[in-house]
Amino acid sequence: MTLDDYLMIGKRIELGSHTFGAEEIKEFAAKYDPQRFHMDEKEAEHSVFGRLCASGWHTCAMWMRYNLQKRQDMEGAGWGGEGEKPVFGPSPGFTNLKWLKPVYAGETITFTRTAKAHRAVASRPGWRVMTLICEAFDSGGDKVLEFESAVLLKADQGES
Amino acid sequence: MTEKRWAFEDFTVGRKIDLPVRHVTAEEIVDFASQFDAQPMHMDEEAGKASILGGLAASGWHTCAMFMRMMCDAFLLDSTSQGAPGVDYVRWKKPVIAGDTLSGTSTVTAARVSAKRPNLGFVTVEHRIFNQKGETVCELANTGMFLLRNPGAAA
Repeated sequence: MTLDDYLMIGKRIELGSHTFGAEEIKEFAAKYDPQRFHMDEKEAEHSVFGRLCASGWHTCAMWMRYNLQKRQDMEGAGWGGEGEKPVFGPSPGFTNLKWLKPVYAGETITFTRTAKAHRAVASRPGWRVMTLICEAFDSGGDKVLEFESAVLLKADQGES
Repeated sequence: MTEKRWAFEDFTVGRKIDLPVRHVTAEEIVDFASQFDAQPMHMDEEAGKASILGGLAASGWHTCAMFMRMMCDAFLLDSTSQGAPGVDYVRWKKPVIAGDTLSGTSTVTAARVSAKRPNLGFVTVEHRIFNQKGETVCELANTGMFLLRNPGAAA
């Protein structure tokens, strides 16, 4: 097993699906994004979105929940290569985040990620950085979210 | 006309807006992480200290969410905002640790009126979040849409 196999480079992986309930949309919004179209059905009707919809950051955070669950499943499946099992670390950030469509209350969203590549981190021997495309789709198959992310990875495998 | 304090015209290029101070508690870090990012360094103080983050650290997504609230309270809730199509970049520069006090600035870097909708403008803002030591913990930039206060007025 190579690190590329383990990370499934180039394959779009389905992370899971989540139905955004009105109550959790409002609960997140009350803490972090209390704009009226995330807080109240009636107010949302008079807003640019027309209906109650999730904060864009709520959709992102939910992507992370399913991403982490999937990663833990993969780690549970074991490492079949040489050397120490790769371990994921923190992320330095992301770019090109697009909220393409509102996520309305009651909508079921499917989250995916596609690992693109990984390379050595010069300043941190033994660590690599993996880049990935992160996406989310609604029940009609339309993309609602995309961004390009990166994550640190402790691994002594793979070409630099 | 709008009664909102912040309309497109108020976001002049170069204008710097202070974001309100926010104290980050261990309880809030664990609460967010338990819902969205339940990695040990976001859930447990000892695990955080043992990690490369050096303490019980907020999920980067939590830092983004806290930034959003700071921006809401600084100007967004009292504005003509029509939403934002996305974020150009987010850089998590340093860990946000339990007990930190965050502050921030939003600086307008570009503003233009929509060619298709003369009552709407696009405002690009660079945001920086600092901790109590003055270190930048997070940088991000995004473009938001705001209605004009006086559409069609001479520029």
